Amino acid sequence: MNAASLGCPSGLAPGAQAAPSQDPSLFVTRKGGVSRLDLQITGARCGGCLSKIENAVAALPGVTQARLNLSNGRMHVEWTGDLEARRVAEKVASIGYGATAFDHGEAEATHKRTESRLLTAMAVAGFAAGNVMFLSEPVWLGQDMTPDTRQMLHWIAALIAVPASLYAGRTFFESALASIRARRLNMDVPITLAVILALALSLYETATGGLHAYFDASVTLLFFLLIGRFLDARLRRRAYAAAHALAGMQASTVTLLSVKGEARSARAADVKAGDRLMLAAGERLAVDSEVVSGVSEVDLRLVTGEVEPVATSVGQVLHAGAVNLGSPLQVRALATADRSLMADVARMLEAGEQKKSAYRRIADKAAEIYVPWVHAIALVGFLGWLLAGATLQFSAFVAITILIITCPCAMALAAPVVQVVASGRLFRSGVFLASGDALERIAEVDHVVFDKTGTLTLGDPVLLPGVWKPADLEVAAQLARASRHPFSRALVTAAGAGPVAGNVIEQPGLGVDGIVDGVSTRLGSARHVGVEAGGSAALWLKVGEAEPVAFRFADVIRPDARETVKRLAAMGVTAEILSGDAEARVADAARATGIETWTSGASPRDKAAHVGALERAGRKVLMVGDGLNDAGVLAKAHASIAPGGAVDVARLAADCVFSGDSLAAVERIVRVSRAARGRMRENFAFSALYNVVAVPIALAGWATPLVAAIAMSASSIVVVLNALRLSIGREGAAR
Amino acid sequence: MNTLVAMLAAAMVVACGALVLLLWALRSGQYEDLEGDSTRILSDEDAPLR
Repeated sequence: MNAASLGCPSGLAPGAQAAPSQDPSLFVTRKGGVSRLDLQITGARCGGCLSKIENAVAALPGVTQARLNLSNGRMHVEWTGDLEARRVAEKVASIGYGATAFDHGEAEATHKRTESRLLTAMAVAGFAAGNVMFLSEPVWLGQDMTPDTRQMLHWIAALIAVPASLYAGRTFFESALASIRARRLNMDVPITLAVILALALSLYETATGGLHAYFDASVTLLFFLLIGRFLDARLRRRAYAAAHALAGMQASTVTLLSVKGEARSARAADVKAGDRLMLAAGERLAVDSEVVSGVSEVDLRLVTGEVEPVATSVGQVLHAGAVNLGSPLQVRALATADRSLMADVARMLEAGEQKKSAYRRIADKAAEIYVPWVHAIALVGFLGWLLAGATLQFSAFVAITILIITCPCAMALAAPVVQVVASGRLFRSGVFLASGDALERIAEVDHVVFDKTGTLTLGDPVLLPGVWKPADLEVAAQLARASRHPFSRALVTAAGAGPVAGNVIEQPGLGVDGIVDGVSTRLGSARHVGVEAGGSAALWLKVGEAEPVAFRFADVIRPDARETVKRLAAMGVTAEILSGDAEARVADAARATGIETWTSGASPRDKAAHVGALERAGRKVLMVGDGLNDAGVLAKAHASIAPGGAVDVARLAADCVFSGDSLAAVERIVRVSRAARGRMRENFAFSALYNVVAVPIALAGWATPLVAAIAMSASSIVVVLNALRLSIGREGAAR
Repeated sequence: MNTLVAMLAAAMVVACGALVLLLWALRSGQYEDLEGDSTRILSDEDAPLR
């Protein structure tokens, strides 16, 4: 197959040509002779990709359905017969796209159920609101309507509004019940009270032939509120799916070795302590293990933050996240007991979760002040009119209209709409937010702690200019193309595509030997070529008996790191580096980014303790990190951000994930969060103002259904428009 | 009056029909992939969703 036909035909995405390393057969579900498989496809961007991939897979024997969803990159394949699942993934890879089996997580299914439930409720409420409004308008505006006609219109409205409200309001009723059981008041309590009392009052008025029925108020209220809830749920699901898709390894597999030495694939989650695993070159370790046999080098960047690979020895414990760079290793899985790093991280994650669930959102704080006030005013209105000599019926009418008109339509939309607009804006710029309250927490931060490797830096070493000549690079690259060592990869990146040396032998921990242009050549550590080690990270090239040449490397700082730190400082956010790497390299990074405070050689526990101490001192810490060693801190810190290349645990622990090489995303996230907080406060201030005007009207007994409908809609629209300023204003132009 | 009742009943039936159609469209996944569907219309060999 020629290169021109690989990947996206429009050239929007580069072709991914890596062969599928994982066996998708474990993720196939079989039912009644039909096999089903879900794949996450990467690189598909346009309609051309869509038909190319679908046609290629549909041409496989026995495939009855192959449908790719271009919006989320997932493909569903169904087939009959004994087609091997591996062939589907290979077929997709052969035309230049990436394909990984996809495991529908439990959380994902829950998100989806919530979303479709809200959407159905919203459709029902919208339908009822429209129709009841048609029936209400003649009553409000009719000049010479007979009481009989009015009553009939009310009854028809009741017929639509009562079942629709009871159905569409379930979410609020359940939440209000749960809140009352927990002896707390949330926004859903006054919503539920208003809806149910409005229905009850209207039914009573209709049955007694009264003038005012609030059927439209109850369904319109639910419709507005459900729009907010639905948008919120949809954004959450999209952000969740996107954060997982970045991993490209939702379904990580391992190669399990039986007692007889036969290899088979298994899910990483099914591995038990004591199982023997095979770790092939380039594979990432899924569970903490001990090396049984084999000599190789492992890349621990994601585990400890160390840039240089580490040589392995038999009996050595490797933590999950280590990548094997050399020859295959046989390892034995360890119990995830006390000494496992994963267990430590899991404990810290749990503690962080608890801390975050205790966070009080602005909306909760507002509800706690607002709810008692509204209920007290309604009671005062009821008693006041009763004492003033009004009938019991009129006093109850006043109390209920107070609850309806003050019902927190604007109040309940104030926070969610801003969150939806702000997260939508971040989403378009490649930032995925885990939750709405993350915005509020990020807006509060005054200190940011950066991990170094992979966060401030790109995580991959880059060749530095030096004494070597271009010809040396050409020779070295021929050897380097045969190795997976990060320094070799950096050499190849600098040299570009080209030939590979003959007779290449890789000696783990030392380097590679081979024949280039008929001369035996070595590329490797100082020890490998027999010179004195010294200076920064280097690879040495020795051609024949000539004097060895050194290539030096550095893990480069993200291009806009310095600028980002400066801008954060201008916003009143101080920065520091907290790294597990060696002192000299952390000091270099600190100098390059202009950060004055730094700590090196920190273990995951040190990191957690450091951030804990800062928070006890009253600082609100934003942690930015990517490694396994950062996961605990990411969960523990007041707010946290992870780059897209981070390990799974770190990504899940963080409040948001940004994609791309630019660190400016951190500054943007803080800026948008603060703007969002400003909008939320304005919205709450407006809602309070609205109530200051609306309550006296209701207290006076003037809140007719027409007044209620206009007041509620107008206040909601104002709040929504204010939130939308976030995406169209000056801030929006900056993206 | 009788005409009004008949008209209201007819309007309700039509409106309920619209609601049922919308819910059916949602359930059958027609809003799952708006991006993909916008390009599928240009593809000659596209078959309807089963």
